[in-house]
Amino acid sequence: MKMRMLLVAAAAILYSSSSLLMAEADGKWLARVPDEDKARVNPLAGQAKAAAAGKIIFEENCARCHGVDANGLHNRPSLRSERVRHATDGQLAWMLRNGNPYKGMPPWNSLPEQQRWQVITYLRTLPPAGAAGGKP
Amino acid sequence: MFASPAFARVLSWAAVFLLPVPLLRAQEKPYFVTYSTDLEEPGNLEIALKGLTASPKDANAFFSPTMELEYGATAWWTTEVYAQGQATDNDSTVFTGFRFENRFRPLPREYFVTPVLYVEYESVSRADKSILEVTGHDGISSFQVNNSQSHPIVEHSLESKLILSSNFKGWNVSENFIAEKNLSNEPWEFGYSLGAARPLTLVASSQRCTFCLQNFDAGAELYGGLGTRYSFGLAQTSQYAGPVFDFRTPAGVTYSFSPQFGLNDNSIGTLWRFKISYEVQQIRDLFKSPSKRNAQ
Ligand code: HEC
Repeated sequence: MKMRMLLVAAAAILYSSSSLLMAEADGKWLARVPDEDKARVNPLAGQAKAAAAGKIIFEENCARCHGVDANGLHNRPSLRSERVRHATDGQLAWMLRNGNPYKGMPPWNSLPEQQRWQVITYLRTLPPAGAAGGKP
Repeated sequence: MFASPAFARVLSWAAVFLLPVPLLRAQEKPYFVTYSTDLEEPGNLEIALKGLTASPKDANAFFSPTMELEYGATAWWTTEVYAQGQATDNDSTVFTGFRFENRFRPLPREYFVTPVLYVEYESVSRADKSILEVTGHDGISSFQVNNSQSHPIVEHSLESKLILSSNFKGWNVSENFIAEKNLSNEPWEFGYSLGAARPLTLVASSQRCTFCLQNFDAGAELYGGLGTRYSFGLAQTSQYAGPVFDFRTPAGVTYSFSPQFGLNDNSIGTLWRFKISYEVQQIRDLFKSPSKRNAQ
């Protein structure tokens, strides 16, 4: 009896939590980024070594939600979109630090800041959405 | 050094978990008692085995395994079940009970000090030796009782924690304040736990590597009881401190280890702790159809 109740509870948690993730990403988080964060400069911008390290960090931490090709997966947005391409490095750094927990994006504060800049350096090397070269 | 029969049991449990698992790594802190504000990633399931072995003064050596299943229900809510037991030399092996725990992130962004709220229900026998936290006047005397006397008494309690974390120049510093209420007529009991840790290097390597420094964390933790509502303070509590280490393998398994030392006579001399964990990534996606893929 207890076991059955536990199973029902587990199924309810699984179901309700996936429906909470259904909303489409809308970029509203951009409006919450303070100006001084927006203006921050990536100290590793353009460095090939940082991009190579960022690619590994991306594959280990981000690909399972955003796709190995970063084109988006299961309603989680593409990171090769116009929106991400037009965001400043500072805005992306703010998003990585804080996440958007109510919309399903976890904070990446647990990664040291240098590693977050390494991922951003990698994101900047990706071709625009739909362009050849990124799809597996 | 080790309580040897108990240590042999640790090794046999560990052997089961050392089998290669094709999964990815978890980003977590090496603490055993302290919680940081890192929640489980939404959709991920972490499976962990925690072990504790010790040889308390005037008591038999024991080994206490705890099995943990932790699921990221959302990015602001993590839910977890524990099942635990213990084996004591010259005594018996018993299943001591289970815990059901939830952690919530109340604020939508990070601050210099970020809070997380924790609520847990536990149904655990008095023979429990897992020391997942220390509250009230918990002390060495409960380890000196035979399982046949302590095991039949099952305690149902509610436990709440305020978890605070700061991340600064690669360091994580976390503070936990614990208030626990046994649901039978006993007073509120209090406890605390503090931890600090950082990866051995902050910059990730540009090559795939197993033993590079970014895969290792080191730090320390300190925790203990703070008495009860009627006798608040450090008197007749137990207190522990020790270094903590972990190693995340690219194959997906994280190993943690910590020797912890009792700081007063009411504490066990040395606790040896181990943890082996791995994460099943995005288990929820297995229930979604590939056609929902959103390639923009
Ligand atoms: C658990 C799944 C998950 C993981 C893992 C994850 N993300 Fe996200 N991410 C999301 C979701 C969901 C959103 C949409 C949030 C919203 O609606 O604003 C998002 C949004 C973003 C955005 C904003 C995109 C936009 O169009 O608004 C960026 C940038 C981003 N993620 C980068 C990353 C990076 C880099 C990593 C790895 C370090 C990562 N994410 C890991 C789920 C995830």
